[in-house]
Amino acid sequence: MELNFSIEGGDFTQAGQASSRVKKVLKQLGVDPKCIKSIVIALYEAEVNVVAHAHRGQIRIQIEKDKIITIIEDEGPGIPDIALAMQEGFSTASKKVREMGFGAGMGLPNIKKNTNELQIDSVVGESTTVKMVNYF
Amino acid sequence: MKISEVSKLLCAKMICDHQLHAFDVEIGYSSDLMSDVLTLDTDNLLLITGMCNLQTIRTAEMADVHAIVFVRNKKASTEMIALAKEHGICIMESPFTMFKASGLLFNAGLKPVY
Ligand SMILES: Nc1ncnc2c1ncn2[C@@H]1O[C@H](COP(=O)(O)OP(=O)(O)OP(=O)(O)O)[C@@H](O)[C@H]1O
Ligand SMILES: [Mg+2]
Repeated sequence: MELNFSIEGGDFTQAGQASSRVKKVLKQLGVDPKCIKSIVIALYEAEVNVVAHAHRGQIRIQIEKDKIITIIEDEGPGIPDIALAMQEGFSTASKKVREMGFGAGMGLPNIKKNTNELQIDSVVGESTTVKMVNYF
Repeated sequence: MKISEVSKLLCAKMICDHQLHAFDVEIGYSSDLMSDVLTLDTDNLLLITGMCNLQTIRTAEMADVHAIVFVRNKKASTEMIALAKEHGICIMESPFTMFKASGLLFNAGLKPVY
């Protein structure tokens, strides 16, 4: 099964649309609740990152028999030092993002914790691509 | 602790479907930072927060949090209430500060995450 979503940067009301949909679908498929929670938390963090840090993004989700593959690709400033961005507490979030209750620098480490495979690629000034795989 | 007891202790207005009034919370977490809420993996959690926007409800939905107390007299918008109802999340609005609300709940036996 394939699901696609697009996200606009800066629009916080949109963050969560993909994760909410995926949660429903995985529930219907009877996936283990603990597993669903990990997938949904990781996807939500990634969605919020596009809204908070990028201009716009595309989400492509592929649900297979034994796993879910999610690719979040955005146009935005990119991440100059991915290893640094992965550290807990590192954040360049704006004041506006902090006022929304985000921007603690916990998102990427939390994505790492909640996925089986994580790959982040970025071209500074252009784009960021986050690929996540979770096995059921 | 029953959700109805929480609302009584905190003089909170409860906004949720009637059948939810009876469910239990065991652990409390006070934070305005949704980033931190998303790192928890605790069941039966009550979120005590002054961060009152749609993202708070979304965060609760993703983190499987079914009860939220908004402190400092923050009011949930109709959009927030609709989203909460859709996902079976109970909202309470308390006039107390986060410190007072947390203290009262701790005294009454609600446990901390750590
Ligand atoms: N899609 C992205 N585009 C550009 N930069 C990003 C993107 N995702 C993350 N970053 C950079 O990596 C940093 C760390 O991201 P992370 O998700 O860990 O924290 P945060 O989003 O700042 O705060 P939190 O996730 O706790 O709300 C961000 O502050 C930002 O500088
Ligand atoms: Mg983030």
